[in-house]
Amino acid sequence: MANDKSKPGSLLIKGGHVIDPAAKINAPMDLLLRDGRVAEIALPNKIRGGTDEKFDARGLMVAPGFIDLHVHLREPGQSYKETIATGTAAAAAGGFTSVCTMPNTAPVVDNAEWVAWLRHAERGAVVNVFPIAAATVHSRGAALTDFAALQRAGAIAVTDDGKPILDDEIMRAALRLGAELNLPVVQHAEDTRLTENASMHEGPTSFRLGLRGMSAAAEASVVDRDVTLAQQIRESRLHVAHLSTSDALKAVRRGKRAKARVTCEVTPHHFTLLDEDVGEYNTNFKMNPPLRSASDREAILVALADGTVDAIATDHAPHATHEKQVEFERAAFGITGLETALALAITKLHREHKIPLPRIVDLFTAGPAHIFDLRGRGSLARGNFADVTIFDPKKRWTFEAAKSRSLSRNTPFDGWQFTGKVVATIVGGKIAYRAE
Amino acid sequence: MMHRLPSYAMNKPARGSLLGIEHLEDKEILGLLKLARRMNPLKARPLLRNKRIVLLFYEASTRTRSSFEIAAKSLGAMTTLVQSSGSSIEKGESLLDTGYTLRAVGADAIVIRHPAAGAPHLMAKHLDIPVINAGDGMHEHPSQALLDAFTILKHKKSLKGLQIAIIGDIYHSRVTRSNCHLLSRFGAKITLCGPPEFVPDVAATLSPGLRVTRHMEEALRGADVIMLLRLQKERLAGQKIRLQDYVARYQMTAARMKLAKRDAIVMHPGPIIRGLELTAEVADSPQSKIIDEVHNGVPTRMAILARALGKAK
Repeated sequence: MANDKSKPGSLLIKGGHVIDPAAKINAPMDLLLRDGRVAEIALPNKIRGGTDEKFDARGLMVAPGFIDLHVHLREPGQSYKETIATGTAAAAAGGFTSVCTMPNTAPVVDNAEWVAWLRHAERGAVVNVFPIAAATVHSRGAALTDFAALQRAGAIAVTDDGKPILDDEIMRAALRLGAELNLPVVQHAEDTRLTENASMHEGPTSFRLGLRGMSAAAEASVVDRDVTLAQQIRESRLHVAHLSTSDALKAVRRGKRAKARVTCEVTPHHFTLLDEDVGEYNTNFKMNPPLRSASDREAILVALADGTVDAIATDHAPHATHEKQVEFERAAFGITGLETALALAITKLHREHKIPLPRIVDLFTAGPAHIFDLRGRGSLARGNFADVTIFDPKKRWTFEAAKSRSLSRNTPFDGWQFTGKVVATIVGGKIAYRAE
Repeated sequence: MMHRLPSYAMNKPARGSLLGIEHLEDKEILGLLKLARRMNPLKARPLLRNKRIVLLFYEASTRTRSSFEIAAKSLGAMTTLVQSSGSSIEKGESLLDTGYTLRAVGADAIVIRHPAAGAPHLMAKHLDIPVINAGDGMHEHPSQALLDAFTILKHKKSLKGLQIAIIGDIYHSRVTRSNCHLLSRFGAKITLCGPPEFVPDVAATLSPGLRVTRHMEEALRGADVIMLLRLQKERLAGQKIRLQDYVARYQMTAARMKLAKRDAIVMHPGPIIRGLELTAEVADSPQSKIIDEVHNGVPTRMAILARALGKAK
């Protein structure tokens, strides 16, 4: 750790292999961080002069700090599940230097005061926190919030995540106002009229288990409508959260081809698991959107590789044991994900599906930074924020939920063996996490 | 490569638990059917003397509850009925806490009926006593499938090659799910019949060799066994299907009976609604084994309870 908490000094990261897709760098480089910024990036052994600290990165990958567009840190109001302090500690352990928090807390983050509260130093965040505010009052889908005031307070986007913005006119108005302010509207795409009482993907597994299913169409129809609206409204920005179906991807592709400002994110669990993995009602495999069919997962893998997907986001959704150790239909939706995201990306996407590492780094850095205009982040260009993620793509390890830094343990990946591990996470030039 | 370690897995269900047919081994099914044939509630031996069996019912039931209770008492066990109304369940006690409580008062086995699929599985993973599924949501109703197989085998030599038509609201039916797992496992050829709202195409994926049809004629032609299901009127609300259309297309009538084999039998897990899924004429015909099924429920459940408490001799 840096000695002086308030003033980061200088840190030389030496001997590593830098992957910075935005700067088109994929080569051995040294990196000098000073006063919270990237001071210099240069070929090995070219950086002269003394530094306060050195980090030996030999054999390691050095990347721009990872950005997670989609986390639930549960404050205000649900600190028994997670706090900003514990959630950001888990983020740091997972290599994330920035997280974007969802507003479906208690109360809902639908005014400027709560946005400011989230960003306050007293919350004890160890990584950057970028609040996403509610798009409608109390996220009830009826009346828009004051986007301009929320944006001034620091909100980087608006959403009613956990619920969709279903009403056509409200969604149109949200995209219009977002366009005026250059503020992305994030959609949780689920036609809830079709998913009442449903607890998993609709298919052979849900039929066999006697569980009501959420059809793929319930997601795709909303994405389809939203893309059409985004095409109609000039300068509007639509971001599709946790996209999970093949048909929704088709709608996103249609929007991108038409040059609409449409982006999307995919979670590690959707590119890893299938609906049938719920087994005998294991509630750690229950989330919304649900785990989908093999053909949906296949389509997601293709879209991750070909650039249709803009970012990997975790949808980190901690819940207490008593909310998960209940009947499957009654169990809370959501799983934790911050500490397993990179390991899943390397193990599944890189090693199994041969997606190159630079593309994976892109999905964690430049991709998400671009979606929410996080200026000075997502790349290690000189002058940018000194947010750096250092990882070992070959390190084998076993994830143990009991050792998680999150307050909750609701992960389907407990006991999984991975290849690829975060070694250090540097936020603003200071080491926020370092593997033992 | 990545692989899973079993650390997230909870405990295995206690020996003797009966959670469903799907994962029950063939020899267990055959063993239970054999044991059931030897059980006689009128001349029962007190195999389960001093055993305490809790009947935990979160849903209404006539047949299943009374036959489990009579089965338990015939074997000399004590029974206690716990229902959601009038218990701490009403006060918001969780399923697991209710289970721990019943274990603590000395239950040796729990028979549970619950509106949520998988509820017995949750309980079984956290308790060290046998849990018997008496119907969980739309998932399974294993004791009904066993008594249905028991009933069929009283009238037919073997399940192998039997043509079985199951007609009605398959989607909501836990009985059908259990029956499909059991009957297709032993070589029966099953046709599911009903409108798409009740028999979605995905139903055919439930077990090997299932067929789906919308036409009664197709389902009934050459059938050895006809299984009818109650049309759940309360579930028609919001469905596109109209009652009189359903009756016209899918009601079991004496005329339609003629399409099946001459010695075909008619079954129904009950409760039956005369004039809806079947006519009174069919319900009361000699081919109807609906009352037999209820009767056979007792020895079948005696076998299940004896096995649960390790007295399957």
